[in-house]
Amino acid sequence: MKVEAKPAIQSVVQPKTGADLLIESLIMEGVDTVYGYPGGAVLPIYDAIYRAGDKLKHLLFRHEQGSIHAAEGYARITGKPGVVIATSGPGATNLITGIADAMMDSLPLVIFTGQVARGVIGTDAFQEADIIGITTPITKHNYQVRSIRDLPRIIKEAFHIASTGRPGPVVIDIPKDISADPVYENDFETNFHLPGYQPTTKPNPLQIAKLADALSKARKPVILAGAGVLHGKASTELKEFAEKHQIPVTTTLLGLGSFPGDHPLSLAMAGMHGTYSANMALYECDLLLNVGARFDARLTGNLKHFAPHAKVAHIDIDPAEIGKNVPTNIPIVSDAKEALKELLKYEFEVTHHSDWLRKQDENKRQFPLWYNDYEHELCPQWLIETLHQASKGDAIITTDVGQHQMWAAQYYSFSTPNRWVTSGGLGTMGFGFPAAIGAQLAEPASTVIAIVGDGGFQMTLQELSVLQERNLPIKVMIVNNGALGMVRQWQETFYEKRFSESLLSLQPDFVKLAESYSIKGVRIDNQEELLRILPEVLAYEGPVVLDCRVITNENVYPMVAPGKGLHEMIGVKP
Amino acid sequence: MKRIITATVQNKSGVLNRVTGLLQRRQFNIESISVGTTETEGISKMTLVVEVEDSQKLEQLTKQLNKQIDVLKVSDITDKAIVSRELALIKVGSSGQLRSEIKEIIEPFRASVIDVSKDSLAVQVTGKPEKVEALIELLRPYGIKELARTGVTAFLRGNQPQISELPSYSLLR
Repeated sequence: MKVEAKPAIQSVVQPKTGADLLIESLIMEGVDTVYGYPGGAVLPIYDAIYRAGDKLKHLLFRHEQGSIHAAEGYARITGKPGVVIATSGPGATNLITGIADAMMDSLPLVIFTGQVARGVIGTDAFQEADIIGITTPITKHNYQVRSIRDLPRIIKEAFHIASTGRPGPVVIDIPKDISADPVYENDFETNFHLPGYQPTTKPNPLQIAKLADALSKARKPVILAGAGVLHGKASTELKEFAEKHQIPVTTTLLGLGSFPGDHPLSLAMAGMHGTYSANMALYECDLLLNVGARFDARLTGNLKHFAPHAKVAHIDIDPAEIGKNVPTNIPIVSDAKEALKELLKYEFEVTHHSDWLRKQDENKRQFPLWYNDYEHELCPQWLIETLHQASKGDAIITTDVGQHQMWAAQYYSFSTPNRWVTSGGLGTMGFGFPAAIGAQLAEPASTVIAIVGDGGFQMTLQELSVLQERNLPIKVMIVNNGALGMVRQWQETFYEKRFSESLLSLQPDFVKLAESYSIKGVRIDNQEELLRILPEVLAYEGPVVLDCRVITNENVYPMVAPGKGLHEMIGVKP
Repeated sequence: MKRIITATVQNKSGVLNRVTGLLQRRQFNIESISVGTTETEGISKMTLVVEVEDSQKLEQLTKQLNKQIDVLKVSDITDKAIVSRELALIKVGSSGQLRSEIKEIIEPFRASVIDVSKDSLAVQVTGKPEKVEALIELLRPYGIKELARTGVTAFLRGNQPQISELPSYSLLR
């Protein structure tokens, strides 16, 4: 038998690798936490993360989708890019839903995907996927690193592109040999020049003058505030402007919190499940000032009946959104804050429109949101209202998509910006819970509540492991109606109650499930239990999973049926 | 309506894919596309002929193209004074006696014969798309064996006349 001699101890000083360069660049960008999952093609990167020690925190999720939704939650709360790392092939393709979600909702992300070594790209190598081809339609921009010298510059560019203009996700695909190869140089050219990317942030003064003139002549003005107000950190200016000229404000789903929901001028959310007052104001107005919303079909309803009497002014940082869906009279390409600041400087008189304001108050009083009263059973709308009171309205709320999302949007009145994290454009089930993890890391001192459906939660609940590991005090509130609620509602309304595959009759015991992760689980069946337990749960230091058994048959109202105009709502308070 | 759009782009890998992919997913029809380098190193120019429904769609198209990081400038030059050219290679079946007949046909088009074989003839023609089209139609009766077109490439004339003098310059409406 031959005995091999042990290899001699290798040189103590290891050369820097491409992966080290990557980590250094991240730290230079001010990144302190990355979200990810290791794998073959990113082994050199994970080795560098190991060696970086305390300088860079890494959060291991149990599925790549969880990591990217968490990064989205972080980005939504902080406005800073969330950073994600996944391996090549399946690791990267597991990120697709999150990338598309971030693209639709304009969230800044920088995503690193591993790739097979340069020499075998294009040969269907093990765990190879054309991630550049796959992500081109769903990213703001993407890069494949072809030379180690480009890496620091590309990272700098990516952070710039992701977080400026209209924010969005940027993918950087890194072949394994790039991250593994030693680097002997120290100085890299990191200055970049992007002649094709020069976002306009300051408004055209002529257009501002035009808008001021239109506003001064308007008798029925209304402001529609979208997520652009939040991205532009323009809530203060918006409030000041609305108050100065006494213009009522409605928001989109993603714009919730950009204007205080409890403000006398607030009409709350507009759109498919918007309030009567918001939708009627959009229908009847003679001047619609859209600040940073993209006129999504879920907001406008049938475009033929959208704001039919109105002159439309649209402030947006993305010129392509202006005039895309709704013909616009006064286009203003600008950052929301810059445009509102200019408008505030502009002295003009808004015509006396007290009739219009009185009408809004009347609508709000006469046709508020409403729901059936139950004495004992847990009604989902009441559940959210009660949560709002118990958490004093200042918790960070994250949601999936569906009925629970709409109820949260309707009944958790947001009075400050960046408390609301939801998947709007893409409508991603399973978003809320992992997004809450990112939100909690962004604001460790805040109360974070993930309001999720029983359907959506089952798509990403594996991340309970992260709560267990990090003891993050997130409260998961499952609005459990034993159904895919919104699907069930549409089947009830538009498919003659043929509940095809939408009722989840068999479910896990969520309390036991939580306990299996050593997390506190509580089941709540009625109003009394909730009132008794909720304060205790909110005060609890660790994570809690609340399984709230709500009435299955409650539907979200009011509702604008598909193909209808905003004024044709059904389910308005009788 | 048919429009001629030019886009100057950074000559980076994947830029053609970005442009065509964008047009495809936003449901624009590309009739032809030609790409080549320009006088500036690292910058390429694309000439696209597209069919759009109305001016709103057209505006969306140029705005979406402009949004691409690698796209530097997008212009709709349809209504400007422009020079536009296309090149076509046409292989026509022809034996001995037909050859001179074909040569006579192509002569007014200032086209040239660039290859001859026992039973075929290859013609090269350059010009505005209508001219290329007209020659193809004339040659069709002789039996076109193979046809390859480059698509239009175009740019602005050095001198732009006043709007009122313009109408006859519009090529593709």
